[in-house]
Amino acid sequence: MKYRMAAALLSLVGVFVSSYLYLYKIGKIGTMACGTGGCETVQTSEWARFLGIEVSLLGLLGYLGLFLVALAGLQPPLVARRGVALLLVAMSGLGVAFAFYLTVLEVFVIHAICYWCVGSAVIILLVLAASLLDLRRTPALESESVAPHPS
Amino acid sequence: MKTFYIVIGVVAVVGAAALWWMMKRPTSVEIPIDVVIQASDTAGFSGYYIGSQDALIEVSEYGDYQCPFCQSFAVVQFPTIKSRLVDVGLVRWRFRDFPLDGSHPHARMAAHSAACADDQGRYWEAHEAIYHGQPVWTLERNAAGTFRGYMQQLGLDLPEYDACMGDTRYAGRIEASRQEGIRLGVNSTPSFVMNGRLFAARGMNYDFLRALTDSLQQVAAAGE
Repeated sequence: MKYRMAAALLSLVGVFVSSYLYLYKIGKIGTMACGTGGCETVQTSEWARFLGIEVSLLGLLGYLGLFLVALAGLQPPLVARRGVALLLVAMSGLGVAFAFYLTVLEVFVIHAICYWCVGSAVIILLVLAASLLDLRRTPALESESVAPHPS
Repeated sequence: MKTFYIVIGVVAVVGAAALWWMMKRPTSVEIPIDVVIQASDTAGFSGYYIGSQDALIEVSEYGDYQCPFCQSFAVVQFPTIKSRLVDVGLVRWRFRDFPLDGSHPHARMAAHSAACADDQGRYWEAHEAIYHGQPVWTLERNAAGTFRGYMQQLGLDLPEYDACMGDTRYAGRIEASRQEGIRLGVNSTPSFVMNGRLFAARGMNYDFLRALTDSLQQVAAAGE
């Protein structure tokens, strides 16, 4: 259960990081706390949108989804369900793949590094690690829950 | 489990408070409107020029970076005028700032951002980048970061740019430009002045300038 808690907590941090990036993008935050200036370069580049949607908004929705799934998965009826663990791995795995794609763009195409984006990539990587560890312990819990109690 | 929910609650409150604080804090300098124009603001400076000094005609454009019509002119008309008339030495172009502060709150900051780019010899690139990005930054509450992003993309020395923006170095120059436009009768943007005659936006386009330069060339040829 501790891994699912970690996934929930990290996802919540991710919600705030991506919210910060999105609020900057829509002009609610004037300048970014980013010493290199790379954040503005990345955020104002053509790659800041994916399929017509702000990348930071996609991140926000993704983290919010992960947080809600992890939180729901901590409730007694779902805590031992392998499906929740699988869903967390799938969602965070997709997030890691997307973060990898964005980091490659930053390094090789945009030639600027946004520390907040790197921070988000680290968070989603940690969420995936926690989700994988959670998946590893879930079958054991399920088998415990179906095993007959010794009389 | 209770500890976990307390931690979640603390992170949520701290995160929301941090976002709220960042949205509310003053994040950039304002470019003053009621600035006292000093002689040094205009000494040796009469506008941003592009094109040959020996061109047949000189056009002065009075523009506002946040004005949609100026943006349309800059994006649609000007590239043709530049490539076919300015770059070949027929027309010299002069840009003058004419921010309409009442309806365009970012116009003066955009003008100042471009002026700071001029410090580093990149005025016209900044001019183009700011106009191209207008549909994006015009919706922003504070566009300073977006302008800075454009300057970063253009390869400007950012500490120098930040210093220029921070001390509002060209506030007087921008206001002097606007007052010059008022004296000439400019009351909308973009407006153009050629040989002392004022043209509104509809009066200036590539075809008009092409016909004018063609006729001037014919007159010059006939006189030889």
